[in-house]
Amino acid sequence: MKRLLVGIKRVVDYNVRIRVKPDGSGVATDGVKMSINPFDEIALEEALRLRERGVVDEVVVASIGSADTQAQLRTALAMGADRAWLVAVDQAVEPLDAARLMLALAEREQVLAVLLGKQAIDDDNNQTGQMLAALWNRPQATFASKVEFDGAVARVTREVDAGLQTIEVDLPAVITVDLRLNEPRYVKLPDIMKAKKKPLETLSVADLGVNLRHRVANVSFAAPAVRQKGILVKDAEHLVSELRARGLV
Amino acid sequence: MNNILIVAEHDGRSLNAATAKCVNCASQIPDARIQVLVLGHEVAGIAQQAATLAGVHSVLVADRSDNQHQLAAVLAPQVAHWARGQVTHVLGPSTTFGKDLMPRVAALLDAPQLSDIMAVESARRFLRPIYAGNAIVTVEVAADEPLLVATVRTASFAAVAHSGSADITAVTCPAELPSHTRFVSVSAVSSDRPDLQTAPRVVSGGRALGSSDNFKLIDDLAAVLGAAVGASRAAVDAGYAPNELQVGQTGKIIAPELYIAVGISGAIQHMTGIKDARTIVAINKDADAPIFESADLGLVGDLFVILPQLRELLARR
Ligand SMILES: Cc1cc2nc3c(=O)[nH]c(=O)nc-3n(C[C@H](O)[C@H](O)[C@H](O)COP(=O)(O)OP(=O)(O)OC[C@H]3O[C@@H](n4cnc5c(N)ncnc54)[C@H](O)[C@@H]3O)c2cc1C
Repeated sequence: MKRLLVGIKRVVDYNVRIRVKPDGSGVATDGVKMSINPFDEIALEEALRLRERGVVDEVVVASIGSADTQAQLRTALAMGADRAWLVAVDQAVEPLDAARLMLALAEREQVLAVLLGKQAIDDDNNQTGQMLAALWNRPQATFASKVEFDGAVARVTREVDAGLQTIEVDLPAVITVDLRLNEPRYVKLPDIMKAKKKPLETLSVADLGVNLRHRVANVSFAAPAVRQKGILVKDAEHLVSELRARGLV
Repeated sequence: MNNILIVAEHDGRSLNAATAKCVNCASQIPDARIQVLVLGHEVAGIAQQAATLAGVHSVLVADRSDNQHQLAAVLAPQVAHWARGQVTHVLGPSTTFGKDLMPRVAALLDAPQLSDIMAVESARRFLRPIYAGNAIVTVEVAADEPLLVATVRTASFAAVAHSGSADITAVTCPAELPSHTRFVSVSAVSSDRPDLQTAPRVVSGGRALGSSDNFKLIDDLAAVLGAAVGASRAAVDAGYAPNELQVGQTGKIIAPELYIAVGISGAIQHMTGIKDARTIVAINKDADAPIFESADLGLVGDLFVILPQLRELLARR
């Protein structure tokens, strides 16, 4: 059975205006809309397309998070994933530990590849996929904008600062996806109903043989410095004279 | 003493300016002794450039053909080898090169990583942006961690001068290098415009441009200003501009003196890429567009009328 593992993180929806709590203890998340990290949705979409093309037989999703994360896993199942794992935790998990947990799952599931978002839009760390690849001693293809599986290898086009780079990796491998890889499908109502019957199982961190570590403390949170609102100019001429007066052109 | 190893970024011909910014960041760590590691193939010239960076104590150069394409899987074991037991910090730039490589290094070293550090508070305490820059968190690495890995948000640090003269040592790493990852190709970018990441002036276009033909209006304005060209994600997704021009949370984070945003609404994911720009100019036909909230100079109007006028006026001098 050829299988893909896709990581799903529950994050504050990207449309929510983020506010730092007045006491600086964190970001306000109470009553805020939560969603699948948009990059993970793209990773899942790609996995589903690979299954639909017959490249793999099964798509398994996994999330590390609180019990509430079941909602995002149900959405992933409604999108088309076959099965889901929730690694239940009630504390923040550092990227290296997330990678260790994903490694345990990848080994348990004997996967052909792990697909992850390149970053989660809450912590913006951009670490877990690369760390997983290192611990697994397998290739990594980060920031993917095109993925082709061909037997024992995958060809991945990556969005890099210089443009587009293509690499070939032996499978199994870790692929982290960028925004332009695909456009995720919308979930239809009947799929939500069907997803209720799909297997969603919970594991503990200990089940996977991992002990969580706290090596980086979040000491305090602050709102970013706000830019001063400037002035409106009336036309192109006025703009150019302002730019000249400020020595910018 | 804090022994800091910086992984140099280069394109095989010259040192990327991001490295000089990492050196600045490293210099702000107390009692810093800074080493730069250059990995590549036929990179003696790059090692020399690195050796002139002010504040650098020494340069290590790992010159071998395996390093030619700078694949993370190939470089990471070498970086880990030179870091293990030797250094307190491993730094790399928060560019796609550093973002790809550094977490792999951190995992090999079983070290925590801090991404996108924007300020140094102490050897273990740093500031970094989260939520697309909508919050800034102060993070501290536990006192019993011997080593930390970090990527440096280059827009937050000025480049140090090329005024030093550090020693250069050639090194060969005994670590076994994998062959499971192979370079195939890279799209050649042929642009006579300045580099987006370092240009003092940038003109960016958004969805409003409507086509790649119209996007030439952005190129034309950039040309008279000697500016680099940027784009919003919507413009890149629509194919008006190539991906390497995207500015924002998932594109490039830049800090030019002058940023001109044309037909860009000002979504938070875009604005996080330019919050360190000195002056932001916005041209948008919608007076309520969010970009006007953060623009130093705003002009409400139709870009198709305004851009040709601007070009005229600026060319006139
Ligand atoms: C996870 C994630 C990451 C993202 N990362 C990025 C990123 O890195 N960079 C980025 O840019 N975006 C990013 N986005 C997308 C972002 O949310 C916006 O969708 C995007 O920036 C919008 O691009 P735009 O301003 O060009 O288009 P729009 O929002 O459609 O704005 C077009 C603007 O043009 C104006 N306009 C129209 N016609 C004219 C005219 N004739 N003359 C003048 N003005 C005109 C309109 O008034 C409007 O304000 C990301 C989104 C997500 C979810």
